[in-house]
Amino acid sequence: MSPEFIIASIVTIIGLTTPILLAGLGELVTEKSGVLNLGVEGMMLMGAICGFAATAFTFNPWLGVIGAAAGGALSSMLFAILVLQLNSNQVATGLALSIFGTGLSSLIGQSFTGRIVPQFGSIFPDVLAKDPIWKLLFGYSPLVYFALIMVPLTAWFLKSTRAGLILRAVGENDHSAHSIGYSVTGVRYAAIAFGGAMAGIGGAYFSMVITPMWAERMTAGRGWIALALVVFAGWRTGRLLAGAYFFGFLMWLELFAKANGFGNTMPFLQAIPSQFWAAMPYIMTVVALTLISSRGNVGASAPACLGKPFLPST
Amino acid sequence: MTTLNRRSLMKAVGAAATLSLVGTTAHAADKVKIGFIFLGPIGDYGWTWAHNKGREAIDAALGDKVETIYVENVLEDASAIPVIRDLAQQGCKLIFTTSYGFMDQTLTVAAEFPDVKFEHCTGFKRADNVSTYNSKFHEGRAVLGTIAGKMSKSGTLGYLGSYKVPEVVLGVNAFALAAQKQNPAATVKLVLIDSWFDPPKEAAATETLINLGCDIVTTHTDSPGPLQILEQKGLYGFGQGADMSAFAPTAHLTAIEDIWGPYYVARAQALVDGTWTSADTWDGMKEGTVVIAPYNPAIPADVVALADEIKAGYVAGTYDIFTGPIFDQDGVEKVKAGEVMGLEQLATIDWFVKGVESAS
Repeated sequence: MSPEFIIASIVTIIGLTTPILLAGLGELVTEKSGVLNLGVEGMMLMGAICGFAATAFTFNPWLGVIGAAAGGALSSMLFAILVLQLNSNQVATGLALSIFGTGLSSLIGQSFTGRIVPQFGSIFPDVLAKDPIWKLLFGYSPLVYFALIMVPLTAWFLKSTRAGLILRAVGENDHSAHSIGYSVTGVRYAAIAFGGAMAGIGGAYFSMVITPMWAERMTAGRGWIALALVVFAGWRTGRLLAGAYFFGFLMWLELFAKANGFGNTMPFLQAIPSQFWAAMPYIMTVVALTLISSRGNVGASAPACLGKPFLPST
Repeated sequence: MTTLNRRSLMKAVGAAATLSLVGTTAHAADKVKIGFIFLGPIGDYGWTWAHNKGREAIDAALGDKVETIYVENVLEDASAIPVIRDLAQQGCKLIFTTSYGFMDQTLTVAAEFPDVKFEHCTGFKRADNVSTYNSKFHEGRAVLGTIAGKMSKSGTLGYLGSYKVPEVVLGVNAFALAAQKQNPAATVKLVLIDSWFDPPKEAAATETLINLGCDIVTTHTDSPGPLQILEQKGLYGFGQGADMSAFAPTAHLTAIEDIWGPYYVARAQALVDGTWTSADTWDGMKEGTVVIAPYNPAIPADVVALADEIKAGYVAGTYDIFTGPIFDQDGVEKVKAGEVMGLEQLATIDWFVKGVESAS
């Protein structure tokens, strides 16, 4: 395997990973505040179409990203009003948001089908961005760097800032947080909006970066992978990053094996049926979850108030 | 209103046979309903988009006599059964199920509704009220393979497919055989992604094929995503199901266009006339159901001539890519020199030709 091939493969893996990393990071913050939003798939699709539409109208991909974040956040607000104001069941409402987002994005997207926008690719000069070696560092869309910066930023926010501490307190014990004067509902609105915006940007990665076009249901289930990723990561940002890249690697491995990538150099690996590679992400999820839970509550601690409605006693 | 009538009738009569009788009488003055089951979204700009064009052709030609309805995004598993059944219960007299993966589900529902006619696309199981129809896409693939074999510098071609079903296997084989006629050393790397429509996975699979040395990638999945990747990399590919040049003006060499309209209109007309019978139709370039989209100016004139020769051969009925000798991946001779594979063999084919590299 040449270094060029390894670098090109890393670029592919990063492309597979970035959208689920973005959406997973948003959902992690939402869940840390004690809200389970299963509507990631719908919010990603809303982000994908809003980002595409904003780019198509303004010819400015940066405004497209803002449009995607707004589309995701706005659709998450529907969910927020229902679960925070009306105390509806979070699981059912989240599923409804997924279905709603899929349908609404298809409706909005009807007039954009068959159109293309310029790809939101690397902003570095082609000498670096298209060089077979240097593209390892410079060959990505700004959204890739954004996702990578957001990981430590989110970790720092949750761990080391006062606002992050409040958010975690709301997620762990909403009544205590309420009793010392914090607005549980307000914090959760903000966390849901952040989750929606990140899912929207993740969705825009599909419609603006990988394949700069709009197609109905183009996220093809990545929202559900992002949701699984948060559990897989045990609600920890560092592990989310590792998990996202691990999933991305396994998705790439399936395609690599199917394309006879092991070929004659590694015939023992090529002899494994491709269905095995296709099943790998799921097998590894089961293995990881088993390992985590066998270590007791140390590794995976879901926020104590996750999924429960907040009903102040007075 | 219809539903209400039917419900109250069901309570009163309580017998399904009588119900359908009354139902027919009540609808005698109405238009005949024709239903479509679609695999993907009609906006996929590929397979389903082309089928929907065919449905619109029925509306245009027979809009005063028939009414068409459709369901998009139907999964190719047992969940298709209630969707097909629902169309029959809504009063559809003719139902087109437009993907191979709906085969057994169509037969199941057809047995429950002997008065409803069914048309299953690309399958091989029929009944008195179930026809099959197909298009010889592999004729188009032979044209694409000819162009790819001639234009590829590396001799390594990529083929992005969905599932190992006869339609895809035929496409891969026709493409590989045609490419090898131009470049005997040509190999085809095959990736089957287990989906007809998954733009991110199609894109990643295309990138992987390119990384492994393919300089031309053809797609047998339904989105224009792979072509956009090829456009970004400055490589070439082909459209599937429809002309996709709008998505990749430079990379799009040509495309196989599926033209279903004439067949759909003919079958709808036969239903209206009461002359519909179960049949197995397998049209191709000769009948105009498979059409090659305009060529990209980047294709050299001699390659265009070669491609046109194959096209003309198919239209005249003098050419067949599946003429022996044909060897399988292990080098076993499957078709003897001079023999031509029969339709029955083609419809159930499950082996790849020599030079196709695929996972086990």
